[in-house]
Parts: sequence; C-alpha cells; structure tokens
Amino acid sequence: MSSEEKTGGLLSHNEWARRDLRWLFGSAQALLFVLLILIGLGPVVWLAKGAITPTIDTLRNPLALFPHGVAWSNLTEAWSQVHVGRYFWNTVVLAFGSWLCQIVVATTGAFVLSVLRPAWGKFIYWLLLGTLFVPAIVLVVPLYIEIVHPPLIRHSFVESYWAIWLPAGASAFNVVLMKRFFDNLPRELFEAAKIDGAGPVRLFFSIVLPLSKPILGVVSIFAILAEWKNFLWPFLVLTNSPDRQPLSVRLPAIQPQTQIGVLLASMLIASLVPLIGFLVFQRTFLRGTGLGGALKG
Amino acid sequence: MLVIFTAFSWYPITRLVVLSLQTTNLVDPPSWVGLQNFRDVLNDPLFMTALKNTAYFALLALLFGFPIPLIAAVLISESRRFRGAYSALAYLPVVIPPVVGVMLWRYVFYEPSSVGLFNTVLGWFHMGPYGWLQSTGTAMPALVVESTWANAGTTVIIYLAALMSVDRDLYDAASVDGASLWRKVWHVTVPQIRGVLLVMFMLQIIGTAQVFLEPYLFTSGGPANATLTLLLLVYQYAFGNSIGVGFGQAAALSLMVAVFLAIFSLVFLRLTRSWSTT
Repeated sequence: MSSEEKTGGLLSHNEWARRDLRWLFGSAQALLFVLLILIGLGPVVWLAKGAITPTIDTLRNPLALFPHGVAWSNLTEAWSQVHVGRYFWNTVVLAFGSWLCQIVVATTGAFVLSVLRPAWGKFIYWLLLGTLFVPAIVLVVPLYIEIVHPPLIRHSFVESYWAIWLPAGASAFNVVLMKRFFDNLPRELFEAAKIDGAGPVRLFFSIVLPLSKPILGVVSIFAILAEWKNFLWPFLVLTNSPDRQPLSVRLPAIQPQTQIGVLLASMLIASLVPLIGFLVFQRTFLRGTGLGGALKG
Repeated sequence: MLVIFTAFSWYPITRLVVLSLQTTNLVDPPSWVGLQNFRDVLNDPLFMTALKNTAYFALLALLFGFPIPLIAAVLISESRRFRGAYSALAYLPVVIPPVVGVMLWRYVFYEPSSVGLFNTVLGWFHMGPYGWLQSTGTAMPALVVESTWANAGTTVIIYLAALMSVDRDLYDAASVDGASLWRKVWHVTVPQIRGVLLVMFMLQIIGTAQVFLEPYLFTSGGPANATLTLLLLVYQYAFGNSIGVGFGQAAALSLMVAVFLAIFSLVFLRLTRSWSTT
C-alpha cells in the first residue's frame, strides 16, 4: 500500500488516498487477516498443540496451553504402538506408485498427442476431454467390480497396491494439462532434432522432458497430494488388509481404541508431509491451483 | 496410455450402463433385468431423502462457499505487500488430509460435551453445550461448515488468479474517466471474471452433488438419515449389507446422478454462453 507502487488495482491511488475508502478497505483487510489466521492457521496450530498435550488436559480444557507440561510420548506412542509408522510408509509407497503411474501416462500420452500427432490423435483427445465431464461417482462401482474380477486376466487385484496405482494413471486432467504445455513448446526445436537424426524416444527424453520441468513439478505435487488425501478408493480395495492400508483409511479405524492425545499425534503425523511440502513448494501449489482454474475456465 | 485409459476410464463407464440393467452378485453370471434397478431406486423412500439432503448440502455449500471466497479474494488482490501471506493462510486447510480435518472437527470442535472446543467458547457466554452433529437440524450445516473450511482455499486462489489477470489499464482508464468504485466493480471487474465465476459455480454444484467423505466420516448419514447423501446411498447399496447384492441399484443411481449432472452442465453452459465474455 506504499505510494511507490505504480500499478493501480481496483482502487486507484486517488482512492487509496481518500480517507473513508482507505479506512474501509484497510479495516476489512485487517479483519480478513485475523480471520484467516484464526481459521486457516488456528486448527493446524491447535492440532500440533493437542498432539503433544497429555490426553487428560485436552479432555478437560481444550484451549489451555500445556497446564501440566508437554507429552512428547504421544508422538512416539503413536508411531510405534499404534503402528502409525507402518501406515505412514504404506502411504508413502502408495503415493509414490500413483505419482509414477500418473507421470508416465501423462508425459507419454501428451507427447504422442502433442508432438508426434498421429492421425487418430484428434479422436483420442476428444475421448479424453469427454471423460473430464464424467463425474467420479460413475467409476466407483464398475471399477470395483473390474478390480475384483478383471476381464481377460484371471487374477483379482483386490487387496493389492496395483488396484490403486494403475487407476490413478487414468487422469485425463493431467494429460490435457501436459498436452497444453507441450503445445506451447517451440516446434522448430523438434524439427531441428529430427533433422539431426533424433528418433521419437530421443526427442522425448532429451528435449521434451527437460523443457517441461515446471509442469512436471505441478503435476507431481498434485498427484502426491491427491493420493495422500485419498480415502474412499483405498478404503474399498484394501478393506481386509489393515496392515497395508494408508493413514487416511487407518485413522478412523484406530480412533475408538486410541486415547485422544495419541490420536491427535497420529493425525499430526499424517498431516506433516503435505504441510511441509506446502511450506517448501508454496509457489508451485498456488500457481498450480490457479493453472487448474484457468484450464477449467 | 491407451491401455490405462481403456481399462480404467472408458471401459468402466460403459460397464456402468450395462450393470445398471443387470442383477449380479459377482458369483453367478449376471442376468438382464431391464429397468428394474431404476424402478427399485426410485421407489426407495431413502432415495428422496438422499436427494433432498444432497440438494440441501449443495445449497448451503453455495451460500457459504461462493460469496465468502470472492470477498476474500477481492480484499487479498488489493493488498500489495501481504498477498503471498494471505494466499498461503487461505490455502492451508486445503493441504490437510480431509480425513484428519473431519476427525479434528468431529472429536474436538464439534465434541458435544461441554469440553468440545466450540462448546467451550460458547460456554464463556453461558450458551450450550450443543450436540452439533447429534441433532437433525444442525448436523448438515455443521458438515457444510467443515467442508467449506476444507475447500474454500482452492476457490480463493482461483478467484485471486482471475482478479489478478484483469488488465490494470482498464481500471486506470476507468478512473481517468471518473468512474466511481462501484462502477469499476460493476463494469470492469465483473465482466472480466464472469467466465471464471460461472464455471466455479457449475463445478461446485457438480462437486457437492457427489459429497461422500463428510457425511460418511462425521455421521454415517445419521442422525435419522438427516445427512444421507446420494453417493452415500450408492455406497450403501453396493457395499452396505452383503457385498454385491445391490450393485445393480448402485449403478442405476450413479448413472442417474451422472446423467443429471451432464444435462445440468449442458443447460447451464448453454444458458450462460450469451453473458460469458471469455
């Protein structure tokens, strides 16, 4: 709000100079800031506090700040006795596999559609765009049956991680996002490489992939975050193997027999990876969200 | 890529249509029953309940989730120095895993005894304690509040991106011509971001029509089916009792929701095409 700023926004400089408007907007912004801290940061801070507060204190007065000291033991107990450590690694493995599958499908698919452009590419692209309009509710039941009784293969994928990794790859959104990015790469570069004798494989690994680091970052972050948050699908296909379930499925299951302090510690552990990831890659997160909006718009 | 999409996207979509016309239990070969599944669903009294609840959820979610992020985004876009901090704070709840969010709200914030966090705060003013999730009247709004908390960050960021992409020169030109603040909002901002607003409105309807996690983890559809939503009903048909018996009905109901959403989107896009600038 300093006067050195030259770019005018909705409010021009004259309007920022007007006392009434400035007061109104300034106080509205201040109020928003307080609310955002309370609503956005508050629950996270409370969760972190609750995770290291003895259960009895959380139960007696949830807003008191460590009336009887800090219970670091909540965290260790959650990690080893409640086996949150194991579920944590399950989640990591699931997220990694889903990420790999999505990246392979999205990059190769977009490469074919955008760079190689075969004659049937247009048709496939329309089919892909079509699936963007199909709501997710449609897939739950038929996909479940397909996983239990796959056609052609006489082997059920239920209770296996493949049941989560492979369907994760079928994200039309990723392919479309990636294709739009590839479309904007300079085509002269591809022509030059072809003249120099580079085949499609070489073209893909030496030119297209290195140029698409920004979009790869966005897709990767959202792929990992989505799998970390996923609940319904792993809950359905890993029902009978608690030892292989990710955190999101286990947390509600361990709730009845876990005291609240340890439960909060488990919940904090489950949130740490996305939270730290967000703090580190904040720009990518926010840019990617805006990008998604632009694509939808 | 073709294999993955055929196997996990195009094939299941086709399979759904087939399933909705069959009765199957995963053991015996399925048999064709025509439209019987659809009739079963439409005659199920729970269907009307779920439909009403889902519409109620969608309506409440729009009331909370449409204007609040927009006002927040406008205020944030006018802040020069702290834009990053505002956006990060607004987005923070989005990165919390939804299951953690729901459990935090269920067992701490909405805890019905006097030591629940909300009830503690209300206790300072000698109100409550309230059983937020236990009463049929407050259960659904309670779910929507949590869901808005968990999702509004995305909406704020998308609005913010749209607002920031409005050409600054238009504002300057309007100011030079002596346009007041309200005229600028009405004649510059609104037309420029109308496309995004309309699409977000549509996406929110599509999203809320398929709400599952909140009603499932908060209340399992209770109390007295007050939070039973359509997708929860699909889940109950398919996996509720003995697995497999209700697959036909589940498929029929999902198909109806999907077709409704498709028609809604088409009509919505058609109707709003004339006043969308982008």
